[in-house]
Amino acid sequence: MTSNPVRVQPVNESIGVAAAMKAVFMRDIKVAFRQRQDLLNPLLFFVMVVTLFPLGVSPEVSFLRESGAGILWVAALLSVLLSLDHLFRHDFDDGTLEQLVLQPQPLFLLVLAKTLAHWMLTGLPLVILTPVLGVMVHQPGNSIGILCLTLLIGTPVLSLIGSIGAALTLGLRSAGVLLSLLIIPLYIPVLIFGTGTVAAASEGAPVGAYLALMGAFLVLALTLAPFASASALKISMSNS
Amino acid sequence: MSEPLLQAVNLQCERDERILFRDLSFSVMPGTVTRVEGPNGSGKTTLLRILAGLNDAWSGDLYWCGQPRAGQRESFLRNMLYLGHRPGIKPLLTPLENLRALMAGRRPVSDEVLSRALEGTGLAGFQKVPCRNLSAGQQRRVALARLLVADEPLWLLDEVFTAIDSDGVKAIEALLQQRAAEGGAVVVTTHHNLQLPGMQRIVLGGGQVDDE
Repeated sequence: MTSNPVRVQPVNESIGVAAAMKAVFMRDIKVAFRQRQDLLNPLLFFVMVVTLFPLGVSPEVSFLRESGAGILWVAALLSVLLSLDHLFRHDFDDGTLEQLVLQPQPLFLLVLAKTLAHWMLTGLPLVILTPVLGVMVHQPGNSIGILCLTLLIGTPVLSLIGSIGAALTLGLRSAGVLLSLLIIPLYIPVLIFGTGTVAAASEGAPVGAYLALMGAFLVLALTLAPFASASALKISMSNS
Repeated sequence: MSEPLLQAVNLQCERDERILFRDLSFSVMPGTVTRVEGPNGSGKTTLLRILAGLNDAWSGDLYWCGQPRAGQRESFLRNMLYLGHRPGIKPLLTPLENLRALMAGRRPVSDEVLSRALEGTGLAGFQKVPCRNLSAGQQRRVALARLLVADEPLWLLDEVFTAIDSDGVKAIEALLQQRAAEGGAVVVTTHHNLQLPGMQRIVLGGGQVDDE
């Protein structure tokens, strides 16, 4: 119990931004590891889609070599999309999001921490699984390397852009379809350049320009998306 | 201190084309408890969310420490504690982890102090149990444990007595009174018949402010 007289604290006594971001990040990681089936869902989805393609379309080596990278990219994109609704939903329902919005630190940085946690829990495992699935769909070694690299740059972009849609559709009861409609158009450029990079690499063309463009996507998303998500969160909060 | 912590001037809020309140003016002075009352749907929670800055759909003026609140987000949030009727507790984390996460964005507090706060709310022995295994009342007590370590001068508490047993209610009443004596300001919405000496009442549905 505080025994000293209560007074209005000056702003500079507030806790550091880095510590607050770390706390938000760690909490999300901890919650996810207590609920592992949620953690496995996007991964299982990713593996299933990639496995079903050879079975459903054609197990021919030539087909898989040509379209394997595209299949992996589309599957990764969809499994990130699938996991987006959880980004803020649980926090919204149990009230922790209210407390997050009311923290004195800039909200966009806290949202960035949450989004990074989301990427660590969905995007990064997909990237780690990619070499195995790449071999399964007969991708040559250097393609797999480039594929992993494009996914490593691309999946954070997917999480960041997705966070805007997740924040915007938070107050709605059936957010799923709307979220996809909002987000898919923004995902298309990332998908085109991601698969384009791998295609160029498999033809032996230089990929520097492609990778630079993907890097530009990442920087753009990293700098702008948290602001948009933070504003969208405030709007969703205000309407609830 | 004679300056009001929070001052509302001519607040008006409309929801679903219905005016919840208009021309609502009041001051929240340090060292006072303010009770917001009114029937269900009269806008108590909405008012509290407006005061907390969670709801933007209002018109009028809000002043924090004498200055318009709009330009002082960080100072206001640093010095205000809001407990909504969703308790802000993660069901998968233990009470201690929850409390630690809630305090992490505000100021560093040692685990020892947090444990003692949990014991103070009657959760001794539950520190390591995931909150989803606790009862509704116990989960609210986890959120209320924050009040025992809070240093924010302004508390905005929404339906703080919900799901709390009668001993707990008495303890909260005592805590609010003690808080006011220390110079803190508390705004509380409740259907519980809270009676404290010197309590300010804001009655919604009629829109008047009473000083007892």
